[in-house]
Amino acid sequence: MPVQRTDALAVRSASDVVAVRQLVRTRAQEAGFNLVDQTRIVTAASELARNTLDYGGGGRATIELLTEPGRTGLRMLFEDEGPGIPDIELALRDGYTTGHGLGLGLGGARRLMNDLRIESRPGKGTRVDAVRWR
Amino acid sequence: MPPSQPSVLATVLDQDRGDVLKAWIQDQMAGGAARPDLMQPSELQDQSSQFLDLLAAAVNAGSARDGAAWHAVRQFLAGISSSRAAQGFTPVDTATFVLSLKQALLGRLQQRSGDATRFAAELWSMTTLIDELALYTTSVALEARERIIARQQEEMLELSTPVVKLWDGILALPMIGTLDSARTQVVMESLLQRIVQTGAEVAIIDITGVPTVDTLVAQHLIKTVTAARLMGAECIISGIRPQIAATIVHLGVDLTNVDTKATLADAFRLALRRTGHALGRATGSERA
Amino acid sequence: MERIPILKMGRFLLVTIQVDMHDRLALALQDDLTARITETGARGVLIDISALEMVDSFIGRMIANIAAMARILDAQTVVTGMQPAVAITLVELGLDLPGVRTALTVERGMLLLRAVLHAAGELDQPSAADEGLDAGPAD
Repeated sequence: MPVQRTDALAVRSASDVVAVRQLVRTRAQEAGFNLVDQTRIVTAASELARNTLDYGGGGRATIELLTEPGRTGLRMLFEDEGPGIPDIELALRDGYTTGHGLGLGLGGARRLMNDLRIESRPGKGTRVDAVRWR
Repeated sequence: MPPSQPSVLATVLDQDRGDVLKAWIQDQMAGGAARPDLMQPSELQDQSSQFLDLLAAAVNAGSARDGAAWHAVRQFLAGISSSRAAQGFTPVDTATFVLSLKQALLGRLQQRSGDATRFAAELWSMTTLIDELALYTTSVALEARERIIARQQEEMLELSTPVVKLWDGILALPMIGTLDSARTQVVMESLLQRIVQTGAEVAIIDITGVPTVDTLVAQHLIKTVTAARLMGAECIISGIRPQIAATIVHLGVDLTNVDTKATLADAFRLALRRTGHALGRATGSERA
Repeated sequence: MERIPILKMGRFLLVTIQVDMHDRLALALQDDLTARITETGARGVLIDISALEMVDSFIGRMIANIAAMARILDAQTVVTGMQPAVAITLVELGLDLPGVRTALTVERGMLLLRAVLHAAGELDQPSAADEGLDAGPAD
């Protein structure tokens, strides 16, 4: 997939989560997503960035604008060096949470994106790769 | 990377520019690619001359296709591809315009190549290059056509499902024809948008004209009803055929929290009551 | 620290959320609002989110929490002005805020609060101005 543009942001604080949302909004607009899709992507970004901050102990977000013949997409990578997720299937289930949330973060984000992959190694960290095509 | 030895093609485009341009235009006139019925000879002259200049600059810049000079060539071709399409040229005409340059280049390339081995190599790279550029004009034309089709599909979608105002604060969406998931989603989004624009408190989704629904469509309907409730409006679904009711039950879709009515008239009556309107028959003396 | 202002309008409190809230700001609002309900004896809370371009599970949960806490403190909550794109996304996320009352505009939300409290015998007759808004077309 040819990457047209890449931005990287640190996710270290609650205001970084807001910065990620705002950047993702701008990129989604540039990619030509309609308002509902923009909202889906920004909401997913917010959920994933918060997971990186709250469960991964902070990390970074990489936002990529993708172009393929006939379609445009947005890819979001969230990486941390936190404790990792022992059971990914369980983490994706609605209502499952180890923290203070509703447990809708990962599962909800997966519903809002076309494709969401999680790689995690206990003790090493987690990498969430989410894409939505227009 | 600076080229150690300029390619023969670069030399030809530089030294023999005038002759190549003249021969190319003659070939176009003779080959029928010029279409004098659609374009003035002076415009053809301009396009051909401009293309040769851009090509020369790009060939001089090197063979890597991502540079600014090659970008300018592609941009020029995209420009004439769409302007020519508007003038009535077919994509084949535009591709032929580029391809016809081969013949004009061929003789000069041979003269300046010297030996046959060099000529074969130069010929191959020139042919590959021109083919590539001709194909590019075709792909631009295809993309333009796809955009037109997509826009027309959207327009048809809007035409086929109008959101109508039945009363103050009451909207109706009469849906007709087969619902697929994509169409349902677009229609539902426009219904929610209209709710905000008109401040309607009740929206009736009438599916009398819909032969069947599948799980995805049923889920979109429920999603819309829930989203409308979050916005502060109510939805009523009317006109559910017996087969669709059976399907919904078989699919295990839960409609218990959704108001459903058999007919649009029943739904309208409920909507009037919800918005605080009373409905009654006028007595004889009140009739006009 | 930055705070979201809470306005008192008679027996109601009005909050208009206009900024992209980070999580601490959302939590602060939750605390401030419950404190103001007790302090003022407010019977209704209007939360206008018409300017919000996104509600994620955190903000959604904050809204549901405010409504639940307010109810315990004997006040009714109405969320007003949620944008269609936000509503669709919230449903897809899996949050449908059961038990939270909603209205299209602040004005409608106010009418709804009056009607709810009136029905519960908590308020006197709705004011004449409200009835004017409530009535449909004269035909």
